[in-house]
Amino acid sequence: MTEHLKSSRFAHRRMRHVRERIIESLLFLAAFSSVAITVAIVVILVRESLGFFEHVSIIDFLTDTQWTPLFDDAHYGIMPLVAGTLVTAGVALAVAIPLGTIIAIYLSEFAPHRVREVVKPVLELLDGIPTVVYGYFALLFVTPLLQYFFPELPGFNMLSAGLVMGVMIIPYVSSISEDAMRAVPMHIREGSYAMGATRFQTALRVVTPAAFSGIAAAYILGISRAIGETMIVAVAAGMQPNLTWNPMEPAATITAYIVQVSLGDLPHGSLGYQTIFVAGLTLLLMTLVFNIAGHWLRRRFREVY
Amino acid sequence: MPGMSVEVMRGLIARRKRWDIIFSIIGLFAMLGGVVTLVALIAAMAIDGLPRISWDFFTSFPSRHAAKAGILSAWVGTTLVMMVTVLSAVPLGVAAGVYLEEYATKNWMTDLIEINVTNLAGVPSIVYGLLALGLFVYQLDLGQSILAAGLTLAILILPVVIVATREAIRSIPGTIREGAFALGATKWQTVSQHVLPYSTAGILTGVIIGLSRAIGETAPLITIGALTYIAFLPDTPFKGEFPYVSFDWLTSAFTVMPIQMFNWVSRPQEEFHYNAAAAGLVLIVMTLIMNALAIYIRYHFRKRIKW
Amino acid sequence: MSENAMDLLKSEAKNLNFYYGEYQALKNINLTVAEKRITALIGPSGCGKSTFLRCFNRMHDLYPGNRYDGQITLYPDDVNILNPKIDPIEVRMRIGMVFQKPNPFPKTIYENVAYGLRVRGISNRRKLDEKVEKALCGAALWNEVKDRLNSLAFNLSGGQQQRLCIARALATDPEMMLFDEPTSALDPIATASIEELIAQLKEQVTILIVTHNMQQAARVSDYTAFMHMGEVVEFADTNTIFTNPSQKRTEDYITGRYG
Repeated sequence: MTEHLKSSRFAHRRMRHVRERIIESLLFLAAFSSVAITVAIVVILVRESLGFFEHVSIIDFLTDTQWTPLFDDAHYGIMPLVAGTLVTAGVALAVAIPLGTIIAIYLSEFAPHRVREVVKPVLELLDGIPTVVYGYFALLFVTPLLQYFFPELPGFNMLSAGLVMGVMIIPYVSSISEDAMRAVPMHIREGSYAMGATRFQTALRVVTPAAFSGIAAAYILGISRAIGETMIVAVAAGMQPNLTWNPMEPAATITAYIVQVSLGDLPHGSLGYQTIFVAGLTLLLMTLVFNIAGHWLRRRFREVY
Repeated sequence: MPGMSVEVMRGLIARRKRWDIIFSIIGLFAMLGGVVTLVALIAAMAIDGLPRISWDFFTSFPSRHAAKAGILSAWVGTTLVMMVTVLSAVPLGVAAGVYLEEYATKNWMTDLIEINVTNLAGVPSIVYGLLALGLFVYQLDLGQSILAAGLTLAILILPVVIVATREAIRSIPGTIREGAFALGATKWQTVSQHVLPYSTAGILTGVIIGLSRAIGETAPLITIGALTYIAFLPDTPFKGEFPYVSFDWLTSAFTVMPIQMFNWVSRPQEEFHYNAAAAGLVLIVMTLIMNALAIYIRYHFRKRIKW
Repeated sequence: MSENAMDLLKSEAKNLNFYYGEYQALKNINLTVAEKRITALIGPSGCGKSTFLRCFNRMHDLYPGNRYDGQITLYPDDVNILNPKIDPIEVRMRIGMVFQKPNPFPKTIYENVAYGLRVRGISNRRKLDEKVEKALCGAALWNEVKDRLNSLAFNLSGGQQQRLCIARALATDPEMMLFDEPTSALDPIATASIEELIAQLKEQVTILIVTHNMQQAARVSDYTAFMHMGEVVEFADTNTIFTNPSQKRTEDYITGRYG
């Protein structure tokens, strides 16, 4: 009788143990799926790109100044797309980084509690609005507005797309920078105030350097976002590859090119189909470079309070 | 008095403090810049789009005639794609979050997964589109379907759901777990009966934020080849006769709100731009409602639960 | 006792009350601070001694909802530093402070010490070099750091960091220095060196120090105030407080009956 009870209790405990193990394994698989996704991204981009590089030399890809894969006289130089991407991102960051940083410093060090509670969520809405809506705004509101000042500005141009993208990225920069500044312990600030520093001096000379690694992370995220942004540039900057550093001109970015090709009807496995994967790989590598730079910066300037 | 006289000091302070004021003004203008753009954007949409908003606009298919065109197929498509996204991203993301917070031991595998989740959040959305094109559309042969689109967006918001889950779980004090363990609960019982229910609000907030992002995503869906002219509805999921549900809609071609808007924006004729503005207005209202809901839930539950 | 009569008055709190919002943290405090002497504030935790100290450089102005009532006069110019018309920055330029936990800035050793000078608009390198060296010597740190002035302050040990914070405050020649339990985060050896330093500093500057360590107060201070529940229970020269207190509460605390 007791033997029986013991063994049944033992069986029950074993069951429980097995069930716990199964659940843990399933949960692990779910977590591991993120790694699988990364691997899948790399495998697919690299596989299609390898197919591409069987036909196009990597030298041509990097040095040719034209990108006309869909023409009869096909050229496969990525430079024009990279230039378009860098110019639009550059314009966007010229807006987002100064404004985002100023807003972060203001909200963290100057603004009364109430103002921060209201302004922060409102600014974060900027990030919540669909990018295609921003595209509309850039093409049909900002460009006409700019044309009022610069009559020769073409209907598609990188300036307007970049400016609007910059405003969209502001909350990325300001939110994360502000969090980093607010994480600076109060006793460091008190040290500065006790020396007779003003708010501005404390913010600029003590809090900002102390939060540097967090602010750098915010910038890196903003940069990645600007490089990878698609719809605003696809709608407002034009889709013609154009090797120029002048933001007043139209030009396609890497992302806009992918959209343009996807809208058409390219047969699976064709060279044209493969070009969008090469473009995607280039884009991924560009964001990777900035992310690695960001990691390096953070490690080098990690704050120890 | 060592150093400097009080008068010199006061002059110095007055000059230094001027910068406090100048910076405050610059800061206010910077914020105003962001807010004004937001207002201008919504106003521009409303002025151009509001006249087009009517019952017919929601119940009509797209058309060659701008004045007759509507967003019926687009909003139905968006709804169905979001259903797939939620049903796949939430279980996967919550499970991953639970694993990382409650089960994972500190080792290289956990580090790898954590770094991975962080990096996935920084991958441009169009790259997910390329992944989906290669993997879902061709490798798994799902075609340019609602299922493929839903899964694409699910992958896109997975990091958001994972991070939200982890944060929600982390905010639950260890004493709650100890209490459950002390009563003889297993780990899974503790997690499923205590940890998860208490973190529902936080997870829900994250899911809604993720969805509000997914609902406006255009690029990855264009990449998988979502068509822009769809003048039919997918097969209905609920049937009058046995077995009452059908999954044919999953393989149906589709369009979604942002793609419909993009299509209209790219047309040269001005009448279509009004349609685009109207669709944009609907999109903005949808995302604003979702954001407001997320803020409400976060605020409401933060007030109710006090550890 | 004869000391008393000879000492010049540096500062004086009169009928000082202080409120954190609704809560009254200091009740009708009267206290004098003698010039170039060390005055210690002791008492059980929560008695208001740090709160009182932080009134002297208007630190409470940093947080909303705090309110002063009464006055703290600073001599020789007889100015009430709690007067709302007086800018707290002016007060902080005249009165330096060293905190409980060493709080160097995320900068080099040199820039930490030069901070107060730069805040005052001094950027002449020669002048900065000279003042930084003098301050570091004054804080007995020069010999340890003179070869690595450009390394980050965080690389110093806890005791060194605290001496750096003292140097930082000294560099601007304050008239008075406030120490808020400056050794509570340090080991005994570092504590001894800081105590020694404080004892030397009274040659050049008036010192007000909060300590939870009675022996420390007995060792370094000339005057001691015992505080309890937001009030100054007893204030006299240190010798009297520790050997012949007039109040029962002081005696109980000194002999370790509570606190």
